[in-house]
Amino acid sequence: METRTTDLAPVGKRSPQREAVAENLQYLTFNLAGESYGVDILKVQEIRGWMPVTKVPNAPVFIRGVMNLRGAIVPVVDLRLRFGLESVEYTKTTVVIVVTVHADQGDRVIGMVVDGVSDVLNINNASDIKEAPNFGSSVSTEFINGLVALDSGMVMLLDVDRLLSVEEMFSLETIRNSNARAIAHAS
Amino acid sequence: MAIDIGQFVQTFFDESLEGLDVMEAGLLALSPGAADLEQINTIFRAAHSIKGGSGTFGFSEVTGFTHAMETLLDKMREGSLVVTAETVNTLLESVDCLREMLVSLREKADIDDAQAENLRIRLLSLLEQKETATGAAKEESAAPSLTSPAAEIIGWRIEFLPHPQLMHSGNDPVRIFRELSTLGELTAQADCSCLPRLAEMNPEDCYLSWQLELHSDASHEAVAEVFAWVEDECELHIEPLAAPMPATPPKAQEAAASADKPEAPTASTDETRQGELVLERRKIGDRRQNERRASAAAADSGSIRVSIDKVDSVINLVGELVTTQSMLGALGADFEMSRLDKLHEALDQLDRNTRDLQEHVMRIRMLPVSSVFSRFSRIVHDVSGKLGKQVELIINGEQTEIDKTVIEKIGDPLVHLVRNSLDHGLEPPEERLRQDKPETGKIMLDAYHKSGSIFIEVGDDGRGLDREALLRKGLENGLLKPGEDYSDEQIYELIFHPGLSTAKQISDVSGRGVGMDVVRRNIQDVGGNIQIASERGHGTKITICLPLTLAILDGQLVTVGQDCYIIPLLSIIESVQARNEMINRVAGKNELFRFRGEHLPVVRLYELFGAQGAVTDLEKGLLVVVEADGRQVGLFVDDLLGQQQVSIKSLEKNFRRVPGIAGATILGDGRVGLILDISGLIRINPAM
Repeated sequence: METRTTDLAPVGKRSPQREAVAENLQYLTFNLAGESYGVDILKVQEIRGWMPVTKVPNAPVFIRGVMNLRGAIVPVVDLRLRFGLESVEYTKTTVVIVVTVHADQGDRVIGMVVDGVSDVLNINNASDIKEAPNFGSSVSTEFINGLVALDSGMVMLLDVDRLLSVEEMFSLETIRNSNARAIAHAS
Repeated sequence: MAIDIGQFVQTFFDESLEGLDVMEAGLLALSPGAADLEQINTIFRAAHSIKGGSGTFGFSEVTGFTHAMETLLDKMREGSLVVTAETVNTLLESVDCLREMLVSLREKADIDDAQAENLRIRLLSLLEQKETATGAAKEESAAPSLTSPAAEIIGWRIEFLPHPQLMHSGNDPVRIFRELSTLGELTAQADCSCLPRLAEMNPEDCYLSWQLELHSDASHEAVAEVFAWVEDECELHIEPLAAPMPATPPKAQEAAASADKPEAPTASTDETRQGELVLERRKIGDRRQNERRASAAAADSGSIRVSIDKVDSVINLVGELVTTQSMLGALGADFEMSRLDKLHEALDQLDRNTRDLQEHVMRIRMLPVSSVFSRFSRIVHDVSGKLGKQVELIINGEQTEIDKTVIEKIGDPLVHLVRNSLDHGLEPPEERLRQDKPETGKIMLDAYHKSGSIFIEVGDDGRGLDREALLRKGLENGLLKPGEDYSDEQIYELIFHPGLSTAKQISDVSGRGVGMDVVRRNIQDVGGNIQIASERGHGTKITICLPLTLAILDGQLVTVGQDCYIIPLLSIIESVQARNEMINRVAGKNELFRFRGEHLPVVRLYELFGAQGAVTDLEKGLLVVVEADGRQVGLFVDDLLGQQQVSIKSLEKNFRRVPGIAGATILGDGRVGLILDISGLIRINPAM
């Protein structure tokens, strides 16, 4: 069931009752290491090209740094590194998707670096979203809200609130660090 | 034409709370026995404004309560009531209670009626006491007697014959009656016999007179007080209404009974004293809670009063800026290289204008530190009374201005420091006399500007810090290593360590070993630091150094590898090019360099921050000598760039706190620059 559209116009016409109707969901899809991901379009604030950022000392490796978003200081996360994938040179298509992340302390604005944006995905029927199976992808399923199967492939819908939670990113890093140290110690 | 008075309610609260501060300050300045009439007048006026305002807005609880206070004050003003420590204390408590009431009203929360009523009755009982004392000629004047004259009177008959021009001065009998009715049950009978024919009537004149009956236990003075505004414009006769039965009115009895209760502790049996302390503490807790609630709300609708000349100076500067802007516009319209000098000139002017403007806008946020200092007279008064010490509070530099946010943050730490000085610093009078010191101890509060920072000092001439006891404690807790030589600073530093108290007894005031660490953290949160100087037997002085403002700082841009950081200019002492002979290595690892006869640790910023491609040879880069928390280190950086004023942006809003980084800012090229937190850096530096 192909419901993709390349027409961006409907994005502007967000129905305020979207939650209640639970239909006509819209996701911004993007590419990352050959796979397709989607993020709820209401979370997306803007898409901008990659610009050099300011490094933050002693931050996890996937936090590229902070950028100036019209006077606000916004951290930028490399999604490839966040997923533990190998990093690539940034190209002309490399973009930063600026999303609003809901946290206990209030909403945060965070940018995520992806290989390129592709489309807006319209989902008219909530039942089209399948639960994420425990598949052996490089992405652990905890950040995936669901899957949508398309003719052209599969789109993984990301839970950015969890994926980009600052607290989680830092705890993860500490775990990884301690693992790395443990391995180094053992060898 | 209906005026929405709702818009003035906030002003009423602001003004009333200010009025309460005035009252509090006035009351504290009152010396029992020999009261200054001018002081009492000031207090009275403040109380009266609050009463008037609350009446207008229909806060009857406040009106009634203030009225009782006002009555007492009026007696004091007339001189018919002697100012005693007890009256002052009761009035001070009333001020607190009133403040709570106002805060509750502002929050639209419930008012603690019981407490207000209790205090009101105590106020009235003070009045009655006086009447007993004067009326019944020294007949056991202390306890409020049930047979006081006020108790037998069930009310007052009032004959009120206003002069025709009464209403010209804006007075309205109806308002007076309404106020009377807050005192008790009121019946009014109007006498219309003087009314002229309609044609002859001047609509602005008052032709009526009234016979009023008030059933109330209010004193004569309380009733007369209601007419205070009109007493020159009317004939007034107030006579007591005799009780039909000699029985004591239940209300008075109740009043006397509950009046007894709070007075019991002054009877000073130890048990009740304890009880009082517990009660007091709970009250303080409650008040804190209220204050917190108040400040939370204040943050929402925060407003500050700004003097008009500050605003005017900003307007002037904006005018200059506009001139510069049009100058630049004209230059830009047909620019040619020959006018480059003019362009530079104009840009310089723009730079100056912006800086001035920014400085003046910042000054709008500045408040005199007196807003914090003023509460200390009260604290010293209360605590010194409780501890039985004689204390003189000396305040200097209270007009020094500090950013509003900083003021809010340092209030509590300062209270803690002053309490510490009172409790631990100052000795009891007997001990002071034994040491040939004046019996009255001194607490000094001082605020001043120095080199772009604000210094606040809290000092006392008490016993000073006990170096030995601290050393012992430090060794016990394993914070210090035995056998090593420690400087005084290092040992005094221990008092900021959580869970360390050398107070021999834990008292109500302080000594639980919680606090000094919080004090320091609070001060560090606003970018300040704290230092201690102490001399055994001569006193302690704690100096707090605060930044002038939180929003903008002068920064020195430095590069470390690819990255650019900003060092607050205030913390920089000097930048030097290191030579190898200046460097010593301790145990082959920790580097020290000689600077003006001292050896300072070298902090390699690129190592600390994991920066790539930085200069690693000490001779090739620069050492920036910075100071924080009284310690100096040499920060090793690649190079210095320019100096720049930067506005501080929060890194925490979208991200989190980063150790060693105070915040971020937007640099001239639009990129983000990180501002170093020097004291944080020194703390995280493993070499320290």
